Amino acid sequence: MPNISYAAALNLALAEAMREDPKVILLGEDIGPLGGIFTVTEGLLEEFGLDRVRETPLSEAGFMGCGIGLALCGWRPVVEIMFSDFLTMCMDQLCNQAAKLRYMSGGQASVPLTVRAPIGARNSAAAQHSQSPQAWFAHTPGLRVVLPATPANALGLLASAIECDDPVVVLEHKLLYQEEGPVPSGRHRVPLGKAEVKREGTDLTLISCSRMTQVALVAAEELTSQGVAAEVVDLRSLVPLDRETILESVARTRRAVVVDEGAIDYGITAEIAALISAELFGELLAPVGRVGALATPVPFSPPLEKTVIPQVEDVIAAVLKCVPDSPAR
Amino acid sequence: MQYLPSYRKMLLILRFEERVAELQRTGQVPGFAHLYWGQEAIAVGICHWLRPEDYVLSTHRGHGHCLAKGAEPGRVLAEIMGRSDGYCRGKGGSMHVAAFDQGILGANGIVAASLPIATGVALSNRLEGNGRVAVAFFGDAAVEEGPFHESLNLASLWDLPLLFVCEDNQYAISVTVDKRQGGKGAAAIAQAHGLESRKVDGNDVVAMLDASQWAVARARECSPVLLECATIRWGGHHSAQPTRRYRSTEELEATQAACPIARLEKRLIAEGEATMEELAEINTEIVAQVDEAERFARQSPFPKPDEATQDVYAAQEGGG
Repeated sequence: MPNISYAAALNLALAEAMREDPKVILLGEDIGPLGGIFTVTEGLLEEFGLDRVRETPLSEAGFMGCGIGLALCGWRPVVEIMFSDFLTMCMDQLCNQAAKLRYMSGGQASVPLTVRAPIGARNSAAAQHSQSPQAWFAHTPGLRVVLPATPANALGLLASAIECDDPVVVLEHKLLYQEEGPVPSGRHRVPLGKAEVKREGTDLTLISCSRMTQVALVAAEELTSQGVAAEVVDLRSLVPLDRETILESVARTRRAVVVDEGAIDYGITAEIAALISAELFGELLAPVGRVGALATPVPFSPPLEKTVIPQVEDVIAAVLKCVPDSPAR
Repeated sequence: MQYLPSYRKMLLILRFEERVAELQRTGQVPGFAHLYWGQEAIAVGICHWLRPEDYVLSTHRGHGHCLAKGAEPGRVLAEIMGRSDGYCRGKGGSMHVAAFDQGILGANGIVAASLPIATGVALSNRLEGNGRVAVAFFGDAAVEEGPFHESLNLASLWDLPLLFVCEDNQYAISVTVDKRQGGKGAAAIAQAHGLESRKVDGNDVVAMLDASQWAVARARECSPVLLECATIRWGGHHSAQPTRRYRSTEELEATQAACPIARLEKRLIAEGEATMEELAEINTEIVAQVDEAERFARQSPFPKPDEATQDVYAAQEGGG
């Protein structure tokens, strides 16, 4: 298993999909000679040419719609939106058009569109380049939403997204692009809608996605010194949601903390906490804990950014609140 | 050129829309129905030059586009009535009729939203070299939306086989175009984006056929064009909307006087292409066709409740 970066894994998924299927076509800003501002499309223009690696004007609604039109005609477009914050510029195309066309047309339309966009706070990019808007899209019936946390999942989820006949929003984390990890050699797919148990534990389940899975893993490791064995479930997909893996884990550990980088109010953690509470109410030893970004725009100044975005200490504190009888307390 | 085929199509749209209005009054049409009556010459003029494999993207006022492109009246009406034999099995309704087998990629409830999608359809045509064109119909208010400008720019930049058809019916619900736009209209804006454009009398099917022949041919050569077609909306924004707060009786009467069908009738008779009796016979045939469409739609069952959760996602592994 070679070690490659998350960005390189995404690049590999795109290159392999384009080699396998001549209908895979890329649209986005700066995806040509520059290779995308996070280097994900590096080298693709040289291999596949201008027709299939199409640099676009700064027209998110225009080229998102263009991707939808291509998809309706049997292409498998991958649209890169430079920052997930810019998805607001094409919300109508994504949420009113792509998400609904199959349904509104009674199944006549198929929109095999993949949308890639980076989420997350990184290096004081401030409120319009830092948010984690996954809940918006998970709340839109008709879209599938995936968030890789590792290079292997970046490769496998993007490959599956491109092959999927529905619009899939692939949200990548800016702080993960340069992180390296092992990826399987040869063909690799991660099914949409399957979570992954990243670490086994008996006392509590940490449920998370994207970079917060890495944060949860660090917290879980630190918690061992306090006598807490935390299991970590990486959701990988928000839609479809792998309810089975979540409930199977929490049924064993009987405690859960959900972690997400999106603003906490009305967010992913609320949905999952509600699911666990509804299904396992009588089994739980503590209320389900929730860790998310403060319900503010993401601020610029480093200490403020750190205050708003969930940190390892926040996860540990939430876990200890659920495990009051741990030896360290 | 013979104009009787266009006359039949225009009359079908008018009689169809009259029936929709009547069915709405009697509670058979749920929701809104934005009627195309009075604008028939535009859809018929454009679609005359389209091949079955060409694509049309439509608007909330889309029944006329569907019928002109070749959709079956019965299945369109069944859709408008929310029945399971509608093109979209009752999931879309009046604002979302689509007939993919006829190249009709959907009416659209969002103003200007079909234009970006049309650029993708046209790009597909260009990349495949299949000789097809895409036609995006839109109203005058779409010119005020950002995606209109983004789409014109994309079409111009990439030389797309795409025809933009602006149906200027002068109204966006209650506000006239002079109170909404400071510029010189769609045709002028198109030229600023590097597209060829023409203005045409959208109430004159003869003029429409002439301009459309040029426009479709140019689009087919991958030279995107825009037609700005002047027309006038009859009645309210949708069939059930009263107009007395913003339109006078005199103005409403004048709209009917501009009827493109009445105008063509005069010409057909003056030029000796048809007699009054022949036109009356055609009318009888068209009414019978609309009667048959209504019979078909009425006998079609409503969808079953469990269909509400179908077709949200493709039926494949991991489907929701």
